Amino acid sequence: MKQKKIKGKQKSSQKIHTEMIKNNGINNTRKVLECSQAIAEAVRLCRPGVIAAYPITPQTHIVEQLAEFESHGKLNSKYINVESEHSAMSACIGAQAAGVRTFTASNSQGLALMSEMLFIASGLRLPIVMAISNRALSAPINIWNDQSDTIAQRDSSWIQLYCESSQEAFDTTIQAYKIAEKCSLPIMVCVDGFTLSHVWEPVFTLKQEDVDSFLPSYNPANKLDIDNPKTFGPIGGPASYIYFKKQQQEAMLDSIYLIKQVNSEFSKKFSRIYGDGLIETYKFENAESAIVAMGSVCGTIRTVIDELRKKGKKIGMLKVKCFRPFPNNEILKTCKNLKNIAVIDKDISFGNAGALFTEIKAALKDTNVKMNNFIAGLGGKDITQEDILKIYSKLGQKEEIEWIL
Amino acid sequence: MAKQKDIKINIGAVIDEPGSSLKNKTGGWRSMRPVVVKGKCVGCGLCAGFCPDSAIKIVNKKIVINYDYCKGCGICAVECPNKAIYREKEKK
Repeated sequence: MKQKKIKGKQKSSQKIHTEMIKNNGINNTRKVLECSQAIAEAVRLCRPGVIAAYPITPQTHIVEQLAEFESHGKLNSKYINVESEHSAMSACIGAQAAGVRTFTASNSQGLALMSEMLFIASGLRLPIVMAISNRALSAPINIWNDQSDTIAQRDSSWIQLYCESSQEAFDTTIQAYKIAEKCSLPIMVCVDGFTLSHVWEPVFTLKQEDVDSFLPSYNPANKLDIDNPKTFGPIGGPASYIYFKKQQQEAMLDSIYLIKQVNSEFSKKFSRIYGDGLIETYKFENAESAIVAMGSVCGTIRTVIDELRKKGKKIGMLKVKCFRPFPNNEILKTCKNLKNIAVIDKDISFGNAGALFTEIKAALKDTNVKMNNFIAGLGGKDITQEDILKIYSKLGQKEEIEWIL
Repeated sequence: MAKQKDIKINIGAVIDEPGSSLKNKTGGWRSMRPVVVKGKCVGCGLCAGFCPDSAIKIVNKKIVINYDYCKGCGICAVECPNKAIYREKEKK
């Protein structure tokens, strides 16, 4: 399918406050958007050939907006209504193998149902981009936010990027297509369900021609083509399977450099930067301790850090944006001289500790940093500034894992 | 079993050469070998239609089994209305 340029002026059904700001020679339009709409807008600008999705709260607004774009002629994509998330990913796999960009979105039960196909997408090395509005897993049934759904899929060989704001979600979605297509691996762009996905805030959007100059058209080396037949998804027996998996792991590790590279390329072009693309530090100068977290809770932590810094406390924040591949070296370099670290996990690996904590602990195994894990915000329980202060007061305590209830 | 050095480790396990499955001679999996009884086969072709590996061809109104790809499932022997195919243990 050829990606045609969309003609005509864009009008949205919703009244959106906009303002134009010229930045670094690039025209940025500032709009008040819901985070889900910001992601949909970013996807539209990336010109996917096929979108296949099944609605699930709190992801629905993303694909709803894309369906609206498509029906109003603002998006030249084939929109496939499927009967399940398993089918949504299957449709994306088929379309991507045929040589077009694809997009889907899901979370929680949907992501769990999709799980089988996630491994096939990454094993076939198809650069599918999926947005996730993180939601807790049943039982008991819960539609609110935590990150246990994507954490449960951490070994599926999908790159996982967690966003803090709508702006970051918009920018990361555009970056995701570039990263994915460079390393032939699929990417999940994760935003916290409701807490971020349903938040309206000002977002700088980009013009089509600027996105086009950043993201070249998709021309994979291998695709399904009747004139040049190739086999996708063959059997990989005991003699070959392990070699494909090693190759996949090498690609995953190499993507660390690609994520950094695309992040700095994006910042040069559009003047917005998110740490080194993998991690982001906040007020780390002369810090003795740090709070480590992923996703929207980082916004709350920043506010608390500001308060604590005013009182002269030497504390900073480390935001882990990229959970897979895990930036071990970057974290070690940043944190090795700290005294205390508190890791907030919006997930729990039952029988051990929070997933982020386990990874951080492994990254800092040769240091003297004292680490504590705080399990918080499961099933949409708000993590308030008071909770963060409570976590701060418990830095360096004996008990390794504590629940913020 | 094919050796690793014979397999191209392409990204995503894509096979970029069409028709290459012919190289994988699956006849090596066979433990029971179908044998045609001379004179009994009338060349009706029922076995060729049923063969899941397309390993039977009809040449001059008689069947010819391609032992490079016949896995020895025995469907041909069961389906033959004239009992013109029997199976014997494969000798290594």
